[in-house]
Amino acid sequence: MITVLRAGPLTTVQDLGRPGYAHLGVPRSGALDEPALRLANRFVGNPDDAAALETTLLGCALRFAEAALVAVTGAVAQVDVNGRPVERPHGHQLFEVPAGGVVDIRRASRGVRSYLAVAGGIAVEPVLGSRSTDTLSGLGPARLTDGATLPVGVPTGAAPLIGEPARIGAESVLGIRLGPRDDWFAAHRLFGSAYQISPLSNRVGARLAGNALTRTNVGELPSEGVVLGAVQVPADGQPIIFLADHPTTGGYPVIGVVDDVAPLAQARPGTTVRFRELD
Amino acid sequence: MKIRRVGAAGLLIECDDADRVEDWRAELWRRREIGELQAVEIVPGARTILLDGVAPGTEEQLPQWEPAPGEIQSEGPLVRIRTVFDGEDLEPVAEFWGVTTDEAIQRLVDTPLNVAFSGFAPGFAYLRGLPDAWAVPRLAVPRPRVPAGAVALAGGYAGIYPTASPGGWRLVGHTDQNLFDVRREQPALLTPGTRVRLVAA
Repeated sequence: MITVLRAGPLTTVQDLGRPGYAHLGVPRSGALDEPALRLANRFVGNPDDAAALETTLLGCALRFAEAALVAVTGAVAQVDVNGRPVERPHGHQLFEVPAGGVVDIRRASRGVRSYLAVAGGIAVEPVLGSRSTDTLSGLGPARLTDGATLPVGVPTGAAPLIGEPARIGAESVLGIRLGPRDDWFAAHRLFGSAYQISPLSNRVGARLAGNALTRTNVGELPSEGVVLGAVQVPADGQPIIFLADHPTTGGYPVIGVVDDVAPLAQARPGTTVRFRELD
Repeated sequence: MKIRRVGAAGLLIECDDADRVEDWRAELWRRREIGELQAVEIVPGARTILLDGVAPGTEEQLPQWEPAPGEIQSEGPLVRIRTVFDGEDLEPVAEFWGVTTDEAIQRLVDTPLNVAFSGFAPGFAYLRGLPDAWAVPRLAVPRPRVPAGAVALAGGYAGIYPTASPGGWRLVGHTDQNLFDVRREQPALLTPGTRVRLVAA
């Protein structure tokens, strides 16, 4: 069992989410930085879809009742076990926690979201096949609060795999495929200038600030389904890139779809973002 | 029919009207059921149907699957919603329609409805069937809290709030039926294609 000593601003349980229910209005949810979640799980011998913890910028502190094998990936952050920094032989943290030990993920020095996986996974009750907290709809376990406890599952005993963590850059170039509604805009304007990540960004979407995208079609779009990475353009012309907790349908036109949203999970407010056309 | 690409593995089929969306939805669900179509999501919208997580080659395959109008007689399940017509906006809705509140209630119980698509919240279904002439505008300022079970109208749609949330739809009544329960095998009471009747409780 894990006891939450310091929950941090937003720490949630996340796995690969609950795709397949969008037709019922259920968001996919799941880890924002999916490669980092998979990596953390592999380090501790979990299947990729095991549930882990996703922290936001300021980390969290946890007490482990039983000894555990733990990995932390994602944002670059110091991790202390019982007050001593963990060494990082592979550019990531994989370590044993003794029974009663306290793990403290400190403030991220680069990136935003850390992933803490424990061998056996976080064993909260799944909802519609997933243990992810969906911040938009409220499905799944509650976000962590100080004093809360979390069950840990039984480790599979599989050998840990070692992989390479992704580099977190100061600037992101996002590959985008135009459409389905690029013909509602002078779409080339998207490539002409840089955008900044807005502080209003969250698990639902990365909000961008920069050159407003003006509509060439002023009609109203009947609601239609949207996908992960969709770049939706509301009336003010400032794009929103949909992340894991995005709504399943939307009434603003989608100018294009970003190929890989993982860099956005680690992009701090003020980070510069550019687009590069794919296909 | 026009097919638009949505990212690397998504397709959006544009339809002429909501009836065609329903034809396509039924056809694509059937094709997926029998293993001919691979798609993680099949999501109807107001005038479109989105496929996500499809196999390569699906875009070329789709035109051959186009159902002839009216070819699919999909008789979705019928759900009766026990409704108490006590909504705060029932009177303004009746005024929009130029009828008494009793007549407005009669219109609502007399009109067969269909789930066109879902969105906004898990289990929130957009119900079509009301004539265009009865469309009512959303509230200029949404209510900060609409209770779960509220039966409401906006645009040409009727809808029922599965959970308490902010909302700008016009409230005409409420139901005690549970619209969304993750413990049920079918969590949503109203799924696309379901036929719905409001019945006075």
